[in-house]
Amino acid sequence: MSLAELQVDAQGQLRHLLSTEGLSKPLLTKILDNAESFLPVTEGAVKKVPLLRGKTIVNLFFEPSTRTRTTFELAAKRLSADVINIDAASSSTTKGESLLDTLKTLESMQVNLFVIRHGVSGAAQFFAEQAVPGVAILNAGDGRHAHPTQALLDMLTIRRHRPDFAALKVAIVGDILHSRVARSDVHALQTLGVRDIRLVGPRTLVPPSLATLGVEVIHDLRAGLRDVDVVMLLRLQHERMDGQLLPGGSAFFNSFGLTAKTLDYAKPDALVMHPGPINRGVEIAPDLAYGERSLVLEQVSHGIAVRMAVMAMTIGTQSAALEASRAGSSA
Amino acid sequence: MPPELPPVASLLDTLTDGIAKQLADTEDPLMVGIHSGGYWLAQALHARLGLQSPLGGLDISFYRDDFSRIGLHPQVRPSELPISPDGRTVVLVDDVLYTGRTVRAALNELFDFGRPARIILAVLVDRGGRELPVAADVVATRLDAPPQAWQVKLSGPDPLALELVAAEDSA
Repeated sequence: MSLAELQVDAQGQLRHLLSTEGLSKPLLTKILDNAESFLPVTEGAVKKVPLLRGKTIVNLFFEPSTRTRTTFELAAKRLSADVINIDAASSSTTKGESLLDTLKTLESMQVNLFVIRHGVSGAAQFFAEQAVPGVAILNAGDGRHAHPTQALLDMLTIRRHRPDFAALKVAIVGDILHSRVARSDVHALQTLGVRDIRLVGPRTLVPPSLATLGVEVIHDLRAGLRDVDVVMLLRLQHERMDGQLLPGGSAFFNSFGLTAKTLDYAKPDALVMHPGPINRGVEIAPDLAYGERSLVLEQVSHGIAVRMAVMAMTIGTQSAALEASRAGSSA
Repeated sequence: MPPELPPVASLLDTLTDGIAKQLADTEDPLMVGIHSGGYWLAQALHARLGLQSPLGGLDISFYRDDFSRIGLHPQVRPSELPISPDGRTVVLVDDVLYTGRTVRAALNELFDFGRPARIILAVLVDRGGRELPVAADVVATRLDAPPQAWQVKLSGPDPLALELVAAEDSA
């Protein structure tokens, strides 16, 4: 079964979320619309809806992450689900328990949804293939492959400020080569109709072969930012900065760091985004990071609403399918 | 043949009068419409009654009791209350009162925004068939147990029109 068939059922409903690649425009738009409806929940007196009361969600993280895991946990709690966090990096997987054993053990505890982050590309798809009917899988980042909820929250943030995607010019700046966020963003932007997407960074991190994604590859920040409406920065991973790919953070900042001066090449009202956590003085100048054009903090709160939306949609699809098959077998 | 339904304009008059009576001596009530038909009606009623506080809207999708059976409702809109219902009289408006499940969900949602002093329920059509102990305070018209094959439908928002349509799957 292909990834697209795996994550969307025959009726076009979302049953897992593995990647933004292959999500249709109507479905992607529906996710953003639902997220929009979850936004006011986080502002009410009771920051909670009873939608997933009695459902169980497991955050299964094979890679350390505090921020992302926290937003998934908060999203689940605002939906009234019970949440369990498993730091798989330091648990039984180090004792030699296989991925499949871990999944099957947890499944038998009547879990409705697994949020999975794993260092290997394709791990979430593997889980989705192995999961029993009624159990949804949500990809929270797998290797260099995909990070769909990050891309969806980026799309929600852009849409709330610049709803006409077809007219947008977007620059994604930084370590594209190792970035699952960049890949997921490119697919989502293309699906929503953005035609002018530039991937900007040094040759070592933005190889020309990335042009096969249907985007422009640019190795000069000023040229890359010219007239863009949105600047999407990526986090530079420290472990890659000291290696052969890059001489160091300050060298990166000198050529590709966003400053008031380089931002002048973009449109005067261009939006600045970053998935966090920010390396101040590496990807972006400290005064710009939380400046008036920065949407960084908005991205965080949109992240909770987007995760609520995909949790509700996937668990809803899985529960309804299970209910239908039960009704069918008892008829 | 389905029974004839009165025009919406005359029903709105009845509703407006009924609500005004209920609200006598009530200070600054909050009107809340249930999406989508109830919200359209509430817009019209809010203007007719000249209420001061802005109109609120509830989408009860996150409070429905059939999520595990059918999943998330295909059309969800944000719920918005411009002011807190705390200590206030709330006029809850819906188009059709049938099983009472929508009203149950709306009451639960309202209480997540605060503790109203009083809630009155106003509906355009009461078609019977209650599955929960829910009653409206103001009803514009009653349909006595129409056959289940018919669905009472309000279209709008402009113009508002009531019709009986064949239920999609009454099997």
